[in-house]
Amino acid sequence: MVFFFQNIINALQWGSFYALIALGYSMVYSILMLFNFAHGDIFMVGAYIGFGVATGFLALTSAGIIILPNWLILVLTILFSMFLTSLVGMLVERIGYRPLRDAPRASAAITGLMIGIILETGNLALLGAQRVSFPGLVESATYNLGGIYVTNKKIMIVVVSLALMLALDQFIRRTKWGMAIRAMAFDYLAVPLMGVSINTIARMTFAIGSALAAVAGILFGTAYPVLDPYMGILFGWKAFVAAILGGRGSIMGACLAGFLLGFIEIFVAMIFPSTLRDIIAYSIILIILTFRPHGFFGQPYSARLRL
Amino acid sequence: MRKGYVFVVLCVAVGLAFAPPAWSKTKPIVIGINAPITGDIPKVGEGTKFAAQMWLEDVKAAGGLAIGGKKYPVELVIEDNEAKAESAVKVATKMITEDEILVMVGPQASKQAVPAGEVANNYNTPMITPWSTNPNTTKDRPYVFRACFLDPFQGPVVANFIKEEYEFKKAAVLYDVASDYPKGLAEFFKKAWEDINGPGSVAAFESFTTKDTDFSSQLTKIKQSGAEFIFTPQYYNEVALIVQQARELGFKAPIVGSDSWGSAETVKLCGEACYGLFFSTHYAAAGAKGDTKKFIDRYNQKYGYVPDDVAALTWDAMRLVEAALTNCGKITGDIEKDRRCLRDALAKVKDFDGITGKMTFTEEGDPIKCAVVVRISEKGEFEFYKSVCP
Repeated sequence: MVFFFQNIINALQWGSFYALIALGYSMVYSILMLFNFAHGDIFMVGAYIGFGVATGFLALTSAGIIILPNWLILVLTILFSMFLTSLVGMLVERIGYRPLRDAPRASAAITGLMIGIILETGNLALLGAQRVSFPGLVESATYNLGGIYVTNKKIMIVVVSLALMLALDQFIRRTKWGMAIRAMAFDYLAVPLMGVSINTIARMTFAIGSALAAVAGILFGTAYPVLDPYMGILFGWKAFVAAILGGRGSIMGACLAGFLLGFIEIFVAMIFPSTLRDIIAYSIILIILTFRPHGFFGQPYSARLRL
Repeated sequence: MRKGYVFVVLCVAVGLAFAPPAWSKTKPIVIGINAPITGDIPKVGEGTKFAAQMWLEDVKAAGGLAIGGKKYPVELVIEDNEAKAESAVKVATKMITEDEILVMVGPQASKQAVPAGEVANNYNTPMITPWSTNPNTTKDRPYVFRACFLDPFQGPVVANFIKEEYEFKKAAVLYDVASDYPKGLAEFFKKAWEDINGPGSVAAFESFTTKDTDFSSQLTKIKQSGAEFIFTPQYYNEVALIVQQARELGFKAPIVGSDSWGSAETVKLCGEACYGLFFSTHYAAAGAKGDTKKFIDRYNQKYGYVPDDVAALTWDAMRLVEAALTNCGKITGDIEKDRRCLRDALAKVKDFDGITGKMTFTEEGDPIKCAVVVRISEKGEFEFYKSVCP
């Protein structure tokens, strides 16, 4: 029993990362009908920017210029990193995707891959090959709840992720800009007829998605403090799977699918020999997609073949 | 007609002017270094590069390698195999066919060394890997050698050490199933442990894939199994994550490692969680004497940190190549003959005094060497604990 609940905690934490990154993927997919394959690398960029900002603040604190408690540094790191990474996201949209808005979808997909590679190798060139260690801003405290071990970091990750997802949900459903974003998912040609520029919506979508990926990056850096330039690739692909599982047009669906993916991975490893984890986990997902090809909450749509 | 004639004469004259220096210039000896400069284990590549460059400095200071009475300049071709098997093969092929190396030093990790060794053997080019411990690297390959001990030896070393030190009966193993070295060593350890403690004494034998960062489900299973310690033969970038996550899940028992733990980056990434842990390795820097100490001090002064086992083994590998070349006696300039000569000279090496121990090669190209058990001190240093010899 304890074993089971321990794994639930593990899965919640691990699924949070997939959910946050899948959100960004799904938003761009739903609204702009394109897969931003560079999104996993934006997650990596967010983690590295967070590393830079946190190290900077820590250096300022130890030099005595501004004294900040660690928790405040963490909050500031998250805010700064969200802002800076959303700028990176908007830059990617401007340079990579906007010129290709009317091009075949395959070209846009390839652009995403190329931008991803540029981000990875750019990081490699800038910071070298050595691993960087994310500064420990949170004192690790482990709580023993009747045999289940929970660290404060795990709690923080799950709470922050859920809070952000709730905030995003409220934004999409209750604000005017949220309505514009939803409208574009339905019919993107009608939106400019209503007086809202596609460019603005596209920029906003990328900014929000990148900001979420940045938070995921910093949370990841807090839990798994070893960063490397290629850390985003695997997450990018898995978040892509989660976005498809969630369905087009449903942002909360991607979030749910992200958690589901985390649960499947952790529980498969719990039940079966861990060597078979990935085979079984992805076979399960394949079976799910066979029965629900549009994902859980996806709206079936007719379209000219769009990627 | 006259113009063309003058032009031809001019060309011949220029050619002749440059020719005598070209004739008298000795072709340099080219040594290839196949190292993981980028990728998962860049610290390993760095140690390799630095040690090789330090060796080259000595050769240059002496005016070249003295072989059979002549002094030959030495060139190093250092290429990055990105810690990937395909890149290691590509680099090996390029170095052998395009750069015409005489011998290849590296790759270091078994995942790259095993396929690269096949390439080297097929091209009849000698290869010596300083750090790869998986037996498949040199098995049935007369052209491939190594400068370190093997995993079928290392597995029992760790198993026996744990038995003597802790008297535990139940083990758990956590390893990367997609990489030759951890997979091979995990299996050798399992066999050795079961030979000592009987079948079923390995309570949990959990695996993950390369690049995984979350081990919570495997570690939870291990905790559930009642194992008294975990053996994890992983590289330094994974050790930090595994140890931290194990502690966070409430696993307080010892975690034991193997020679892949010996990097200079391990403690930097792992921190206090790793203090007091043991692992088996090729040498211990703290408390070294003689030539070993001279190497450590020189490396430390030049590069700012204490060299890890990779650097020390690479140093020995370069000096082995040097000794073999000197014994070869003659460089004919025919690359195939020279490679054959070097290969035979390496096979005949006896009682070579390396800074990581005395070496004599067996028929497979493996040296008979002792292992060292190292303890990570409370200051984060690797201190010598015990020596285990075959």
